[in-house]
Amino acid sequence: MKKKLVLIGNGMAGVWAVEQLLKLAPNQYEVTVFGSEPHPNYNRILLSSVLAGDAKIDDIVINDWNWYKENGVTLHAGHTVTKIDTERKSVSTASGITAEYDDLIIATGSLPFMLPLPGADKEGVIAFRDINDCNTMIETAKNYKKAIVIGGGLLGLEAARGLLNLNMDVSVVHIFKDLMERQLDQTASQMLRKELEKQGMNFLLEKNTDSILGKKRVTGVKFKDGSVVDADLVVMAVGIKPNVQLAKDSGLEVNRGIVVNDYLETSIPHVYSVGECAEHRGIAYGLVAPLYEQGNELAKRLAGVPSAGYQGSVVSTKLKVSGVDVFSAGQFTDAEDTASVRVQDDFEGVYKKVVIKDGKVIGAVLFGDTSDGSRLFKMIREGEDVTGKEKQILLGEGSGGGAKSGVDYVASMADSEIVCGCNGVSKGTILNAISEKGCTSVNEIKACTKASGSCGGCKPLVADLLALALGADGVQTVKEGICGCTEHSRDEVVEAIRSMRLTSSKEVMNVLEWKTEEGCSKCRPALNYYLGMAWPEEHEEERESRFVNERNHANIQKDGTYSVVPRIYGGVTSPAELKRIAEVAEKFDVPMVKFTGGQRLDLLGVKKEDLPKMWAELDMPSGYAYGKALRTVKTCVGSTFCRFGTQDSIQMGIDLEKRFERLNTPAKVKLAVSGCPRNCAESTIKDFGVIAIDGGWELYVGGNGGVKVRASELLCKVKTEEEVQEWAGAFLQYYREAAKWNERTSEWVSRVGLESIKEALASEEERKALNERIDKTLSLTTDPWKEIIEKDELRATFEELQAPALETVAD
Amino acid sequence: MKRVVVGHSSEVTERRSRIVHVDGVEIAIFKLTGGKLRAIENLCPHKNGKLSEGIVCDHHVFCPLHDWKINLNDGLVQEPDEGCVRTYSVEVEEATGNIILLVEQGSSLAS
Ligand SMILES: Cc1cc2nc3c(=O)[nH]c(=O)nc-3n(C[C@H](O)[C@H](O)[C@H](O)COP(=O)(O)OP(=O)(O)OC[C@H]3O[C@@H](n4cnc5c(N)ncnc54)[C@H](O)[C@@H]3O)c2cc1C
Ligand code: SF4
Ligand code: SF4
Ligand code: FES
Repeated sequence: MKKKLVLIGNGMAGVWAVEQLLKLAPNQYEVTVFGSEPHPNYNRILLSSVLAGDAKIDDIVINDWNWYKENGVTLHAGHTVTKIDTERKSVSTASGITAEYDDLIIATGSLPFMLPLPGADKEGVIAFRDINDCNTMIETAKNYKKAIVIGGGLLGLEAARGLLNLNMDVSVVHIFKDLMERQLDQTASQMLRKELEKQGMNFLLEKNTDSILGKKRVTGVKFKDGSVVDADLVVMAVGIKPNVQLAKDSGLEVNRGIVVNDYLETSIPHVYSVGECAEHRGIAYGLVAPLYEQGNELAKRLAGVPSAGYQGSVVSTKLKVSGVDVFSAGQFTDAEDTASVRVQDDFEGVYKKVVIKDGKVIGAVLFGDTSDGSRLFKMIREGEDVTGKEKQILLGEGSGGGAKSGVDYVASMADSEIVCGCNGVSKGTILNAISEKGCTSVNEIKACTKASGSCGGCKPLVADLLALALGADGVQTVKEGICGCTEHSRDEVVEAIRSMRLTSSKEVMNVLEWKTEEGCSKCRPALNYYLGMAWPEEHEEERESRFVNERNHANIQKDGTYSVVPRIYGGVTSPAELKRIAEVAEKFDVPMVKFTGGQRLDLLGVKKEDLPKMWAELDMPSGYAYGKALRTVKTCVGSTFCRFGTQDSIQMGIDLEKRFERLNTPAKVKLAVSGCPRNCAESTIKDFGVIAIDGGWELYVGGNGGVKVRASELLCKVKTEEEVQEWAGAFLQYYREAAKWNERTSEWVSRVGLESIKEALASEEERKALNERIDKTLSLTTDPWKEIIEKDELRATFEELQAPALETVAD
Repeated sequence: MKRVVVGHSSEVTERRSRIVHVDGVEIAIFKLTGGKLRAIENLCPHKNGKLSEGIVCDHHVFCPLHDWKINLNDGLVQEPDEGCVRTYSVEVEEATGNIILLVEQGSSLAS
């Protein structure tokens, strides 16, 4: 008869151990699992992705309900074990379920540590630990705006990033001066802070929380220094504590965690413990990799496979916040007896530090570029002697030979070594997928084994394993087309349009053998753009391929109403025009009138059927505030009024806006003109920015003030207004012809490099040709609002069909 | 079953839609390439996006708000998202070109 195994805690460590055990000894045990949460085992690490909106709950389940069934595991989800009787060898729950065991595993994980502050029990004060917390945050973000995260460690920052994605204002409160001080040194920590501030996070550092304010629900947080900050949500992420009460009550030896030996045995026979609740050689781990190692050892123990036991782990950490690459491992602070190698590049935002003691690498911190992480981590764990080649560790071959290539490195890994930490996939499993299941690309391996499917940090290692197993030629780099409907890249598509004179989406899809009948929401608008760019006269605008905003010439809002922004050239208006706008707003009951960031007025909350009537009464051109098109040209007052002004920036701005209005571009385009280097119009974060200087103009390109702030780069200096126009036209047309659809100039300039653009625009002839083409395109445009007002069939599409008095015809 | 005349086929452009309210329900009527009509409730199961404003590709529509893909034949949301939109039978009366919407008798629509 099978022996009975009971697992308390349906979490990552416990279920992993059971899974390994079932592989080693499928028929030895009848397994019963108790879990407090009403879910199957899921990947807690990825809660941050759920919060950030990149994954759904279903995506992060590791063992779905079927897995339990298929493996004959009885699962009591939603039932908390409240008693263990180690004499009679049974456990029982408050809900009245009892189970007897021959062997018992306690894997109850941790509890979030809640600061015992006055007011901490108010509604809106939560932790970040499970699906429930995640859902609370997502729901809160729908109705509230201000969030405070207490704790500037790994968990706090991930929570803060998620809340930013949910459009909340987020401030992170941290008691120390440096973020993630346990994982980073000061330099890396400061670089991290700067990067996160860029992403919109606020920091309240060296602040000690005093109490939480509010009646029933939290309204603010008060600090020891007396200051107060408003808050609708407070997330405490100050630490975790092993969840050991049950073990304590049952008479097990407990320090910080449940004390276990190298075989994961507790002080009472037949009771084992793994995971965050266990303490091994004085350490309770809080990361998955060591917990999986513990699980592997426990599985061997239970299956009777001889082994040397668990020896403890060196851990490494990574921050899973988008746009920030941070890695740290081992002992990375400098001491009397250590020396370190450092590389710091403030231009690229890269910092690397390796700490060496007695000829061995004992710790490392990486910021900005973490590609060396796995290699360094291995050196740390294996205690490899690097005497005499310390520099090559970071600087590679160039500094004196020896650094191993990625393929050599993966070749040296043991088969059992974990490659993908998120999903616990070992080198052996991946090699198996290559040899047995015929995987030949990173994507196929992801589909087969889940490796690289979560944070993606191990993609380079997986690619190296492929190269190792198949040789560089055997690896398929799957070509990524412009969308799932085709394998053709942007350049191939445009080339085909040009060389074969294709003038409609249908032709393109036929000729290039699209996999779908009529494309998708990605390729249809892209093709419409490329066709219009290549053949401004021949291509007939395909309205049905335009995104709603560009079809209805207004910006759709979340409730299905629209916003209307008329064009106000250079931000200069007149009392008469303002009166008219005000009257129209009143007449159509516009719920909100707002100044935009681009110096004009936005009428928000307009019903679709009212749009044409409003446009008619406004009698102003469309401001294209909704399109992949020229948006605004922001100006400062310049020499007209400003005492510093060197040139007439207003007139320059108006001229540019009048010339380029209605221009379709790969993505939205914003311009600005400042009258002197004080740059009041913020020309250096625009797609094309002009700054007047004494006796001339500086032209900047590729700036962005949005998601990814980027300062623009100087394209050139010119003397006359005509030259400004010439370069503006040439630059914009070159962008139109060369960039991918939906690619902002900032992304495009970073991708191709400013030099290549300078080169393309260097000859006057070329600039002239580009200007001719852009002027041709511009000459064919008309104001879309006017067109819709004038054409009955276009106007009709804004109106609802009428169902006449229910005309019933008997069936 | 009620047959309701809601307009004329010429009033809907291919790969576009028009909306109509019947018994208090907002219905989007799409015309596919080739002229066939499809009718669904104009409410995305995700966050109530107006499906009538989506891009139509063969017999699918992509919601304009967050790009969910919905099959116009059966109302099913396509992978990786999940959900379902109510569909209605709709046809063009050959003799007149009128759009005829078939709706359940009585309460179901009004509910
Ligand atoms: C947001 C977040 C991000 C993280 N990111 C990372 C990361 O990037 N890398 C990394 O390595 N680690 C990360 N971690 C840590 C990692 O998730 C944990 O180390 C790991 O989940 C611990 O596994 P465990 O099985 O010990 O505990 P858990 O996964 O917490 O499982 C314990 C389970 O036991 C249940 N339980 C407790 N008591 C009882 C009882 N009496 N009866 C029945 N059931 C009970 C609990 O409800 C819980 O479901 C992160 C954690 C969080 C919260
Ligand atoms: S390497 Fe695998 S784990 Fe590391 S973190 Fe990764 S995807 Fe995630
Ligand atoms: S940029 Fe110069 S000219 Fe323009 S407003 Fe500012 S100070 Fe005046
Ligand atoms: S509302 Fe339709 S996809 Fe979000």
